[in-house]
Amino acid sequence: MIRTPLRPLARVLEARAKGDNPDAIERENLRLRHEEMRDRARQRAEGRLLVLGVLFVCAFTMVGARMGLLAASEPSEPRASAAGADIQALRADIVDRQGRVLATNLETFSLYAQPHMMVDPEQAATELARIFPDLDREDLVRDFTGTRKFLWIKRRLSPEQKQAVHDIGDPGLLFGPRDMRLYPNGTLAAHVLGGAGFGREGVHAAEVIGVAGVEQTFDAQLRDPARAGEPLQLSLDLTIQAATEEVLLGGMRLLNAKGAAAVLMDVHTGEVISIASLPDFDPNDRPLPPTKGRPDDSPLFNRVVQGVYELGSTFKIFTIAQALEMGMVTPDTIINTKSPMTWGRHRISDFRNYGPELTVSEVIEKSSNVGTARIAVDIGAERQREFLGQLGLLETTTFEMVEARGGKPLLPPRWSELSTMTISYGHGLSATPLHLAAAYATMVNGGTKIEPTLMRQNGPQYGARVISEKTSEQLRRMLRLTVSQGTASFGDVPGYAVGGKTGSADKPRIDGRGYEKEKVLATFAAVFPSHDPKYVLIVTLDEAVETSGSEPRRTAGWTAVPVAAEVIRRVAPLLGLRPEIEPAELTGITLTSN
Amino acid sequence: MRSVLFVLTACAVIGLAFWAYRENYRTQQALNVTERLQRDIGASRARLAVLRAEWAYLNRPARLRDLADLNFDSLGLMPMAPEQFGRIDQVAYPLEEEELLPITDPIEVSNLGGRP
Repeated sequence: MIRTPLRPLARVLEARAKGDNPDAIERENLRLRHEEMRDRARQRAEGRLLVLGVLFVCAFTMVGARMGLLAASEPSEPRASAAGADIQALRADIVDRQGRVLATNLETFSLYAQPHMMVDPEQAATELARIFPDLDREDLVRDFTGTRKFLWIKRRLSPEQKQAVHDIGDPGLLFGPRDMRLYPNGTLAAHVLGGAGFGREGVHAAEVIGVAGVEQTFDAQLRDPARAGEPLQLSLDLTIQAATEEVLLGGMRLLNAKGAAAVLMDVHTGEVISIASLPDFDPNDRPLPPTKGRPDDSPLFNRVVQGVYELGSTFKIFTIAQALEMGMVTPDTIINTKSPMTWGRHRISDFRNYGPELTVSEVIEKSSNVGTARIAVDIGAERQREFLGQLGLLETTTFEMVEARGGKPLLPPRWSELSTMTISYGHGLSATPLHLAAAYATMVNGGTKIEPTLMRQNGPQYGARVISEKTSEQLRRMLRLTVSQGTASFGDVPGYAVGGKTGSADKPRIDGRGYEKEKVLATFAAVFPSHDPKYVLIVTLDEAVETSGSEPRRTAGWTAVPVAAEVIRRVAPLLGLRPEIEPAELTGITLTSN
Repeated sequence: MRSVLFVLTACAVIGLAFWAYRENYRTQQALNVTERLQRDIGASRARLAVLRAEWAYLNRPARLRDLADLNFDSLGLMPMAPEQFGRIDQVAYPLEEEELLPITDPIEVSNLGGRP
């Protein structure tokens, strides 16, 4: 580039000749040069700004276009990743403790119609009414020829029905896939599983939601796709559940009972191995909840978890346990059992008079109300309440079924001294059989608190200590004596050393005034084997009556006990318990010296 | 010198374009295979679920009980009972097998006939 000199000699000489200042020429030239430089710099900067602007516009256009594309395009599965294996949209299965299926899914189809696409609506309606007898032809014709553009015809189709509809060949009849919840075992463990229904429905899919039982409790977990269909494992055992229900149903029929309930629980882990409530229902076709009548008349009612009953003499063991624990009595202490015992205006009497005095062990064995009431008076209301609270008999259980929240024990409004006495033999306080099972487990397992659970556990629960090891041992011996020579003599199963306590409670009248004369709730709480308890079984029969004798017998010893014994005989081998000879009691050797 | 460089560059571009073209088609091929496999996996899973459901349905305790009752004559199955537990010392030792008698009437055996 040719630079213009700032002081061109020709002009300088010329200026000097004229007498001008040559510096002016230099300044002028310098100014011109600076202006030129400024113009060039501006031009370059403008050019750069333009390029930058274009770049930004391009970049934002790209981002915008991509966003628009993503928003407008149909979602599709990633094609190249292997992640598909970890995500499953199906509701997870429910399995028993050995992995056998209790609830699973089946792919079926739903049938819907788009009448405006139909070729021959009348013919289609006739054919549909022929395939599905429950559909009415006239209604279908009205729907198909009206203004509707869409209607559901059937929620679930069997493959045969689908083929039959296919054969009609009308383009306005369409199928949508549906996942159906299937309970392959029918009525087995119906109350635990509950049932499932459809939530939000679309043409291509429908949401399956749990409506009761564990299906509802664990709904979120079962539907979580991130768990990849990992099944929910319960503590139930299918075989044992089936055997329990079979025996219970037989017992209920033989004894003309209105209802029956049984729960079998592991005393160390709190796992419920089987839980049955009769009458039951088929969860594949769950009946509608009752709108009238008493709730426990409905097959949907779960007697074990929701049924709050006065459980009668089975409660006596808690009174005795507390007295033993407090050191007030020993199993051989003599108690005054003169019947009837009067307390203010009230009289407490025994089923029959057992004489003026019994030992504590015999009070349990013969089930003396008077003896228990006398011990309870000495314990006092406050301490009794505290002890029953420790056993969890005053609160709802933490059992994993939505229905368990409905099983809140009914307590007396005022825990008076009379309440203390009646509660000591199981009247005035109502609890569910499940409460009783957990409390018995606590009594016999060495004295630590057990919470019932439906989930498979890996080891024993180490709950808070409620009674000492020694008291637990003494109670086990009393329970065994009750079966071997007391009120529950029909409960003996050779080889399994059953121990237990009966309870026959008159049912409260519906109008709330006093008790029914001839309606008894018979309960048997069994523990086996009693020298080393592993399981607790509660059997409850509602209004059972045994009619083989000259007069009808309603006490638990004649009704609930034989049924429970049969359950144990059937179930114990399935539990892997080998019959064994009970260790005999050692003859007492007293150290003496002289 | 410069023209050689141009020719080499052009060749390299053509070569790379060819490679990219082939890779593209191979990727598409692989994607199609994956898709088909995943569809197969999905279908197999659905079939497995149906089979499992059917297996559970066929093995439901009520049905097995009825079958055991129906076939009582041939199977003689009873519910498990405490009496069925045995002890290991109740199982008899197997009888010793009788020894083979000495061969008193030998037969000549030769493997010559088997040769070609």
